[in-house]
Amino acid sequence: MSSSHDPSTIGSALVKRGLADMLRGGVIMDVVNPEQAKIAEDAGAVAVMALERVPSDIRRDGGVARMSDPQMIQEIQATVTIPVMAKARIGHFAEAQILQALDVDYIDESEVLTPADEENHIDKWAFTVPFVCGATNLGEALRRIGEGACLIRSKGEAGTGNVVEAVRHLRTINAQIRRLASADASELFSLAKDLGAPLPLVQEVARTGKLPVPLFCAGGISTPADASLVLQLGAEAVFVGSGIFKSDDPVRMAEAIVEAATHYLDAGAVAKVSTGLGAAMKGLETASLEQRLAERGW
Amino acid sequence: MREHISMLEGLGVEAVAVRRAEQLEGLDGLVFPGGESTTIARLLTTSGIRPVLADKLDQGFPVFGTCAGLILLSSAILDGRSDQWSFAALPVEVRRNGYGRQIASFETPVEVEGLGTVPGVFIRAPKIETWGSDVTVLAVHDHGDGDHPVFVRYGPVWGCSFHPELTNDDRIHRLFVESL
Repeated sequence: MSSSHDPSTIGSALVKRGLADMLRGGVIMDVVNPEQAKIAEDAGAVAVMALERVPSDIRRDGGVARMSDPQMIQEIQATVTIPVMAKARIGHFAEAQILQALDVDYIDESEVLTPADEENHIDKWAFTVPFVCGATNLGEALRRIGEGACLIRSKGEAGTGNVVEAVRHLRTINAQIRRLASADASELFSLAKDLGAPLPLVQEVARTGKLPVPLFCAGGISTPADASLVLQLGAEAVFVGSGIFKSDDPVRMAEAIVEAATHYLDAGAVAKVSTGLGAAMKGLETASLEQRLAERGW
Repeated sequence: MREHISMLEGLGVEAVAVRRAEQLEGLDGLVFPGGESTTIARLLTTSGIRPVLADKLDQGFPVFGTCAGLILLSSAILDGRSDQWSFAALPVEVRRNGYGRQIASFETPVEVEGLGTVPGVFIRAPKIETWGSDVTVLAVHDHGDGDHPVFVRYGPVWGCSFHPELTNDDRIHRLFVESL
């Protein structure tokens, strides 16, 4: 037995994706201050997303939404022991560099913030910290993975409290994966072109029948039933944004969504935690939205 | 959990995902997966698994903990939440995120006694800071601050700082299974 020093590598695809693997089955909660972060951790969140305003407030306030103040992120890092994620604007690699310098555990290149580049996403291979990106379909998911994303989440329609878009995105991604899995090898070239996705990734999905990275769900989840729904539709974990701290009783809602995520196949357990929860966030009908965040990113 | 199950099934073992206390009955052993130890600790309490598993550990029930599982089996947790508990079934003191946050997560070959070199995947890994003299150290790693155990055994209780389930190498799982 000898000690092995130095052949260590940091930032490999395996350690980046590995953290996402560890979050599977869990709930990642948006928090805007250390008090909320503590509530999230106490309730059993597997990670928190540190941001200045939850999506429903960003939607209400308008203006340019940017990366959060580093001080707020650091205060949250000092408060909880679970991973702390933070958002950078699409294409804003300098914000991402700052978040990496702050030692955040995951960067979300997010459509919830105002995009900084309407052509290019961040080259995520250039970073040691792993990235999560949103997607509305398989082509978008594979383009993000091609750029180095280690985790994909549905975009949903953030800040609405309405799960309909997240369901659409999950179903679309899964239907497109099934299509690839049943395709003949000679069809994959044309399918890759149609998806606008890198051919090697299309071939990998066709072979394995799943995304090369975990698939989580985000955007509009606001009840334990929503969490159970998207997990049954194939999501491996859920991000809850406005749904917790815009509800009547955030502590109970946070605990209930964690329980529902753990026992998502057990309707009795989900019923129990849904009972007497108080009102979920009010929510918006997506057809009446002026700004669709899911359309950001390409 | 999924990777552990497929690895165990690959070894010809029947594996179940334990989410409720009654599922512990009739098992030959338990693999305690990684994840966030605060989350797992809460679920162990709300599901009622905690007291049942504590009893079984007292009676010598074989358990193998990886990463967060190691933290939950340990006798003391450093840098954890002030209210964080553990089963104290393995006389080691572990430091949460002892090798750093995600940016410092790493892969390195690990030399395991009797097995040779296995791939070590350390993700926000706990570091074993002190250990009892009766703990068998099966592998160590020097991360620039001297050798620290990364794979240990104390009778029927095994613990590992890294994630063998994230690799294709099933020899560590095989070692545990063969001990049952």
